[in-house]
Amino acid sequence: MKNFALTRATDSANAIAAASKATTAQQGAEFRFIAGGTTLIDLMKLNVEQPMTLIDINRLPLDKIEALPDGGLTIGAGVRNSDLAFHPLVRKDYAVLSEAILSGASAQLRNMATTAGNLLQRTRCMYFRETNMPCNKREPGSGCAAITGVNRSLAILGTSEHCIATNPSDMNVAMAALEAVIYVRGTKGERSIPIADFHVLPGNTPQRETVLEPGDLITHVTLPPSAPGSRSLYLKLRDRASYEFALASAAVVITASGGKITRARIALGGVGTKPWRSVEAENELNGQSLDEAIFRKAADAALRDAKPQSQNGFKVELAKRCLVHALKLATQHA
Amino acid sequence: MTSASEKSAKQSAETSEAKEAIPVTLAVNGKKYDLRIDPRTTLLDCLREHLHLTGSKKGCDHGQCGACTVHINGRRVNSCLCFAAMHEGEEITTIEGIGQPENLHAVQAAFVTHDAYQCGYCTSGQIMSAVALLEEPCGADDADVKEFMSGNICRCGAYQNIVAAIQSARQKKE
Repeated sequence: MKNFALTRATDSANAIAAASKATTAQQGAEFRFIAGGTTLIDLMKLNVEQPMTLIDINRLPLDKIEALPDGGLTIGAGVRNSDLAFHPLVRKDYAVLSEAILSGASAQLRNMATTAGNLLQRTRCMYFRETNMPCNKREPGSGCAAITGVNRSLAILGTSEHCIATNPSDMNVAMAALEAVIYVRGTKGERSIPIADFHVLPGNTPQRETVLEPGDLITHVTLPPSAPGSRSLYLKLRDRASYEFALASAAVVITASGGKITRARIALGGVGTKPWRSVEAENELNGQSLDEAIFRKAADAALRDAKPQSQNGFKVELAKRCLVHALKLATQHA
Repeated sequence: MTSASEKSAKQSAETSEAKEAIPVTLAVNGKKYDLRIDPRTTLLDCLREHLHLTGSKKGCDHGQCGACTVHINGRRVNSCLCFAAMHEGEEITTIEGIGQPENLHAVQAAFVTHDAYQCGYCTSGQIMSAVALLEEPCGADDADVKEFMSGNICRCGAYQNIVAAIQSARQKKE
């Protein structure tokens, strides 16, 4: 591991000023905020991340979960994943979020990992994690070893000829279906970013994963009020029953009335280069009856643009069945 | 015999280490330690190499096996994914701090009764996770325990007896 200077932030303004000296907030950032450290320290041990300075933000007051006057929820950037998953308001109104978080990582990691850290979780693509291999995300222009290599676990949606790395987060998939809004404080003040616009597709610049700029500090995330009468659910399919990344997952938030779907929010995990909100699937569901043939049409629409690689073609059908089953489970008592 | 160049190389290595070291005060098992450590030192390495508390084990060193599990402020974490210098002012508890040979923690006693280990390498991590689990919102079934314990790998495959030991410790606690 490359040596670094460790500083402790005493307030947000100082932390932002310090981090704004970096030339990028993306891969290769010289300054990194550190909270749980579960991704960052792991990648520093692998020399994938080599920050010169770590800014410890654990003492900043970013660890609150509070109900909003409009019925929504605000979640501090530093809230630990386990605290978020077990929070009574989250379990009651945002079950999909609690289920998604608890389906990921281990109890120890969830005690460490934070909301903002999870939003910024890096891919598990083995070529990204192995510095002897080419990887356009880690080393722009070096090539993608995954496209011609071992790509069974990698993405089929949102890929480019330069990168097929999967976004590994479960939490992000639930946040996408819940239409979370991410609040960022930076050198130019505060701004809010809908989660759909927060992560960017790899395109020609897979080293860029989010819209964050140097100095940007995620302070909190808000969730809109849960839709009255809605049901939400997270279904995750993987190689083993626990402590494993998704091969395919589905987050569904659905409201039905009189046998018809009145509102659907759908996101997929394990298949996309970013948390994969599927408006295409939602359009197939809205106004339709609770019928498996309709669910199947929605799943077909969600995967219409899938681009499988040599080893991950199975994910197309797996993701479709995952979504169909999630919709059945979420609507079986409607 | 040490040549002059070797000696100077050794001195400069020591100087550079000393220069990069930072002062850190840690509270481990109720005792305070004033240390000078390289900022790269993980909590796990600090416990084992600096404080000689070798009960916490290094398996994967990447947060995947759970052998390094300790408690920080009563919550279980992977000490291999913590920088020690970030945990000043927090209460760190290791396997050495939860029981003694003549006065075992209930979970330790249950592991003995249920033969919940074979080689023993993962055991301190398993026990630290299990002790934390007693205070977590874990369901009553064996399946719930398995899910909550999935961050602790046992290569010997003592899982069945580990679950039995934890369930017995939970029943005694009630």
